[in-house]
Amino acid sequence: MFEELIGKRSNPVQNTIERGAVRKFAEAIGDPHPVFTDPAFAAEKGFKANIAPPTFPVTFDYGIIEGLDLPKAGLIHGEQNFEYQRPLYVGEALHCYREIEKYQERKGKLGQMGFLFIKSTAEDKNGEIVMTATQTIILSETVRKGMKG
Amino acid sequence: MNLRAKKPGDSLESMELPPVSRLDLIKYAGASGDFNPIHTIDEAAEKAGLPGIIAHGMWTMGNLGKLFTPYVGEGFIEKFSVRFAGMVFLDDRLTLSATLKEAQGARQTYEAVVANQDGGKVIKGEIVFKMYGE
Repeated sequence: MFEELIGKRSNPVQNTIERGAVRKFAEAIGDPHPVFTDPAFAAEKGFKANIAPPTFPVTFDYGIIEGLDLPKAGLIHGEQNFEYQRPLYVGEALHCYREIEKYQERKGKLGQMGFLFIKSTAEDKNGEIVMTATQTIILSETVRKGMKG
Repeated sequence: MNLRAKKPGDSLESMELPPVSRLDLIKYAGASGDFNPIHTIDEAAEKAGLPGIIAHGMWTMGNLGKLFTPYVGEGFIEKFSVRFAGMVFLDDRLTLSATLKEAQGARQTYEAVVANQDGGKVIKGEIVFKMYGE
């Protein structure tokens, strides 16, 4: 059911990394370190700005993949990875988009399960890819069957 | 204490988190924008067949990353990969740990784990830390 969406990409959305959002996120993961929150600390350590925690890109808007209609309930987040060329800075604007990378089905604990791999990308103002993230979403047989109806 | 001095087999100082609270997850929902109610509202979790609300996997992953925050002056996390191997419930006491597996040039690869109070691994992960200036 997802095969025809493989390679489909969302329209890019511009996301600006906001200072307050980074501070709240750092607090929410119990890591309110001054490298994320305090401009004076960042300057002293030689950073051009505060940086964002490595999992902060979950907050970005990556746009909508046309035709991708996932159920609201019953999805399992199986795996997640992030790859960086460099840290992301508070204040910078990123162009973010996502695509369906692949889809597989195999028998597992939850019947004939579906594995959907969504790749998210962030490009900086020079058009350089600075971050990619891949998320694996698991759909149980029950959830998959619910979608077909 | 710096990362550069670590040898394969060495670990970072592990960290035990306070018991997981509903407020932790409400704060994470707000900060991340993930308002799936199975993470915050009992009835929604029960309706989904869960014994109670479960933590966002990304909350736990976010916590794991903080083992490396004290070393931001040396380099940055180049790769951060995890498998969500188990669910995290309210009042679970989680321990974060990371052990250096391999060091090659500017890159160090750590095995990173989040375990609960019963020793069950809820996250199995790998972190590649890249040193600046090499």
